Amino acid sequence: MNLFVANEVGVRIEDVPILSDVSLSVNTGEWVSIVGPNGAGKTTLLSVMAGLRKASGSLSIDGRNITDLTLRERARLLAYVPQHPEIPPGMTVNSYVLLGRTPHLPFLGMEGSRDFRLVEQVLEQFDLSSMGQRTLESLSGGELQRCHLARAIAQATPIVFLDEPTTALDLGHQQQALDRIRLLREEHQVTVVMTMHDLTLASQYSDRIILMSKGRIAVEGKPAEVLDPIRLSELYGAQVKVLQVDDHLVVVPSVSKENP
Amino acid sequence: MPVRQLLAGGAAPRPMGGGVEKFRVPGLLIGFVAVAVATSAGLLIGPADIDRTDALKELLDRLPFISVDSGLSPIQKNIIWEVRLPRVALGALVGGTLAVSGASYQAVFRNPLADPYLLGAAAGAGLGATVAIVTGSGDGVGTFDLVPLLAFVGALIAVALTYLLGYSSGTQRSPAALLLAGVAVASFLTAIQTFIQQQNVETIRQVYSWILGRLNTASWDEVSLLAPYAFASGLLILVYRRVLDVMRLGDLEASSLGIRPQLVRLIVICAASLGTAAAVAVSGLIAFVGIIVPHTVRLVAGASNRVVLPLSILFGAAFLVFVDLLGRSLASPAEIPIGVITAFCGAPFFVIVLRSSKRTLG
Repeated sequence: MNLFVANEVGVRIEDVPILSDVSLSVNTGEWVSIVGPNGAGKTTLLSVMAGLRKASGSLSIDGRNITDLTLRERARLLAYVPQHPEIPPGMTVNSYVLLGRTPHLPFLGMEGSRDFRLVEQVLEQFDLSSMGQRTLESLSGGELQRCHLARAIAQATPIVFLDEPTTALDLGHQQQALDRIRLLREEHQVTVVMTMHDLTLASQYSDRIILMSKGRIAVEGKPAEVLDPIRLSELYGAQVKVLQVDDHLVVVPSVSKENP
Repeated sequence: MPVRQLLAGGAAPRPMGGGVEKFRVPGLLIGFVAVAVATSAGLLIGPADIDRTDALKELLDRLPFISVDSGLSPIQKNIIWEVRLPRVALGALVGGTLAVSGASYQAVFRNPLADPYLLGAAAGAGLGATVAIVTGSGDGVGTFDLVPLLAFVGALIAVALTYLLGYSSGTQRSPAALLLAGVAVASFLTAIQTFIQQQNVETIRQVYSWILGRLNTASWDEVSLLAPYAFASGLLILVYRRVLDVMRLGDLEASSLGIRPQLVRLIVICAASLGTAAAVAVSGLIAFVGIIVPHTVRLVAGASNRVVLPLSILFGAAFLVFVDLLGRSLASPAEIPIGVITAFCGAPFFVIVLRSSKRTLG
């Protein structure tokens, strides 16, 4: 069932088209990765889908047009984690994750015991309980990433948008972050849409990949359908090979020895 | 356990180990004690020859169910109730208002050095007061004096001009545009004020006396003029304390959590500016209270606005009453203008904040 639908979405900045005629749909429980070279419009598309950027065309979630929703109603349906989230100085992990409850509170109300209970559980699931009193600045990159995800999960939305969730993480932490998203997706029945640069990781974790180029969808489908070496070479301007290792696809650069 | 199941019920609630408001209760208690101590000192100490024990008895006598004969003469009683008490009350109101306004500006602009004076409130009030003084409409004293009224109007016009200018030049994109607009408006209004002042040198002393800030002319009239604005502004800002913590995430993330950052910013700026304009109108320009107090609170009690905003009111009130006491005691019987003392403490403090802001403040 289609949970989210974008129809002919377009964005122009100073008459330069950033996104053109983007139409896509995301099914309930699906994990969709948006990939593409720099400047393809991935981050812009994600922020438009999260309702945080004005665009032409239409967006709907759960059959409701996104423009008919108040900001608060929208925030109860869509959680968004930007590529570089703000790290408010002096804010503790507890306080930060608790902010995820904002859309569920009356505008000028305060959190109740139910919110605290839920946040405690989310902190536990993200192995953050022991560091609840620590400030965000004192955390490592991997721990911070867990905090951002925990805040999005505390928001308790059916769909989560993640912009480059593995940026600035080493190989181990990238894998841990994506494993955790997979686990959470199964446990919380959350639909995930994320942008990624790493095509190998995108292919190994996603149900479906949307490949963007110059503000348009170049191709979309299952990882094996999208990750065609000739297409990737053309769009990325690089020589690549797509290898099959066990059950997974691995995208590697193919460096010619004659032309280093 | 899935989030939706958690929302439906589950384990009994457990406290989050202190968390957000760890310092709130002890901080509020200390704040109330600080206000009580500063207020008592302000009422008991002064140049008039009044025995402190007798003065204390006089204060106790006014409490419900307590009857004590202070033995003070009617004039001495009058000094306590009509001179010292309105001065202490005005100092507390002005201090609390300036401190919470500064804290709220720092919250909405996410800039540790922001305060309402930066949006032209001080310059506008200065111009209004100067106009009132040079036209002979007032001398800063008396019930029907136009100085507070024109200072109030001047401060509001200045902030409105700043907002219009900032809005037209990109506040939607960056709150920094508003601060830059404030600098431009303040410079322009200060230039006009200086010009008017130079054309009327005979009133220069009165103008300076107002600009340096003063509580020595405090009366119940001024207290009743400021009180409604101070309470309304403080209450509105406190109501927004949780939302202001969400604003610490920046406009994009605050929007993704269902908050309208521009609307919140407008409401909080209006509330803080209204309070500041009213405070400046009755007390003149008392600088740095909005910087010193919130930052000291943050360093001790943490950065959450839920804690910083209420504590800024209490410690701002105690701070200004105490500073006023210093101003009238250090060179007694002469008085040092209160604005001179706050600037004397505030300027070095400003530098310390600037140097440490990257590490600890937000």
